[in-house]
Amino acid sequence: MSSATSARRPRSTAGHAAQRTLIHVALVSAAFVMSYPLLWMTTSAFRPSEQVLIEDSLWVSNPTLENFVHGWTSVAQTSFGTFFANSLIISVLAVVGNVTSCALAAYAFARLPFRGRKIWFALMIGTIMLPYHVLLIPQYLLFNSLGWVDTFLPLVVPRFLATEAFFVFLLVQFFRLVPKDLVDAARIDGCGHARIFAQIMVPLAVPALATTAAFSFIWSWNDFLNPLIYLTSQANYTVPIGLALFVDASGTSNYGGLFAMSLLSLLPVIGFFLAFQRLLLDGISTTGMK
Amino acid sequence: MVVTERGASRRVERTQPEAPDNNPARPPGVEAPTRAWWNESARTTAAAYVFLSPWLLGFFGITVLPMLASLVLSFTNFSGSFARMEWVGLDNYRIMFTVDPAYWGSVRVTLLYVLVSVPVMLAFALAVAALLNKGIRALGLYRTVFYIPSLLGGSVAIAVLWRFVWGESGLLNGVLSLVGVEGRSWIGNPDTALITIMVLNVWTFGSPMIIFLAGLRQVPVSLYEAAALDGAGRRARFWYVTMPSISPVVLFNGILAIIGGFQAFTQVYVVSGGTGGPAGSTLFYTLLLYQRAFTELRFGYASAMAWVLLAAIAAVTAVVFASGRFWVHYGEGEER
Repeated sequence: MSSATSARRPRSTAGHAAQRTLIHVALVSAAFVMSYPLLWMTTSAFRPSEQVLIEDSLWVSNPTLENFVHGWTSVAQTSFGTFFANSLIISVLAVVGNVTSCALAAYAFARLPFRGRKIWFALMIGTIMLPYHVLLIPQYLLFNSLGWVDTFLPLVVPRFLATEAFFVFLLVQFFRLVPKDLVDAARIDGCGHARIFAQIMVPLAVPALATTAAFSFIWSWNDFLNPLIYLTSQANYTVPIGLALFVDASGTSNYGGLFAMSLLSLLPVIGFFLAFQRLLLDGISTTGMK
Repeated sequence: MVVTERGASRRVERTQPEAPDNNPARPPGVEAPTRAWWNESARTTAAAYVFLSPWLLGFFGITVLPMLASLVLSFTNFSGSFARMEWVGLDNYRIMFTVDPAYWGSVRVTLLYVLVSVPVMLAFALAVAALLNKGIRALGLYRTVFYIPSLLGGSVAIAVLWRFVWGESGLLNGVLSLVGVEGRSWIGNPDTALITIMVLNVWTFGSPMIIFLAGLRQVPVSLYEAAALDGAGRRARFWYVTMPSISPVVLFNGILAIIGGFQAFTQVYVVSGGTGGPAGSTLFYTLLLYQRAFTELRFGYASAMAWVLLAAIAAVTAVVFASGRFWVHYGEGEER
């Protein structure tokens, strides 16, 4: 291929370069169109509220922070500070629960040749496909009878029971890669399963655990259906429910505040993503998580 | 296996006096009486169940039992009080299929949504992934920018934003007016409201795109070289090399997107203000189920709806899997 005649070579290189440019033009335009609503929301949050619906460009002529001030307290009785605190508590507990319970289960599936392992593993994978709505009503009745409605427990306790099979699957894939020699050596030194798990598996699986943590946080932070069902008093609302309440309450007035709070609600998600970017994208490639 | 046997022989050394080697054919120094091995295996099993205990509790307590409970409830008129609960046989299913005026509308809306937005989303994902796979610069940056919507797509904030993009005086109409096109309220119009939700789903193509990208990277270069030697053009190489090679990934992405599509809820709830309007044009199956259960407290009926959803997802997934026989190629060199 490199033996092209000198007469042809410049043209083909030029054609090559032109094709590259064309690809970049296509990708940049697609990226721009896709990101435009997000960028627009970001800049609109810094505009005076009455300009939000009029201005379609990204230009902000007289930036202001008043939307953040007004938006923060715009929902009657409860400030967004409470919603953010609630979301943070629930999401952090969800992270702790998912990481520990899924790692424990994954270790058994990946490294312990126990009887019935294949069946349990198949059942665990099967729950990935189960639509959540089948469990919704009985779980609600169960948690209701335990007196858990309007507490954080229904949003947190299931996370401690490894119900997110995706994470178990991801961690199983990872634990399987840990070299056997390492485990054998530890066994010969007299390590039991608890120590092998805590001192070999967990340190070596930090990337997968971080992926689990980041996705747990993001999913829990964005979760809408569960808080909608379980949290009944406004003081317990999470950010998404607070936002939905804001939409209903604000009617046609405080667009700026709504945009400001929406933007704030996305920041932890974007922050987590940027911090764990490489791990998250690898995690998606191996398991297909969203 | 090696792990257990080594562990076993270690144990045996300690318990040698009680467990004499009764196999004369075994070379000296290699001893593995069956009883000690069984002990080790039993210990492993016990350890495994300890590690699995949180999962087992969750699996039975809040997955299997609720599933069965939901099946039982679907044959009752349960509405919050067990004292007044009656067995109604298949009535819920009969009402669903023949009486409930909103039911078939919600089925139509959901199927339309899945049938249109899933293929479009996957096509976008594959097209962009194919462009990104050409060894271009700034790949990481592009990946990030295209992926971020997937991360945010399920949030209330984006659903709120969507109302402002597609509303009467929204962003889209503002842009359209620049090119002289008269806009309208896309969300307020029953003919177009569903389209806005579909676009929202397509907007989150980043996640399947990442998976496609990983798949495209595994296509052996030798295949392309061989095809090029045989005179295959760019298009032929795509259809006869790329597509067959990544067809398992297409199947995987398709199944995930279908399962997710049937369960779409947050966006529809927020964009339509929980109503599924205008005129039921965005009344998704999950939204109707939510309304029947949590606003009307018809838990028995909603459980029946949930089981039909489960059956529908299982059936569609099975059909898509089965269809894979005709278009999915599992190559020789590939893993998994």
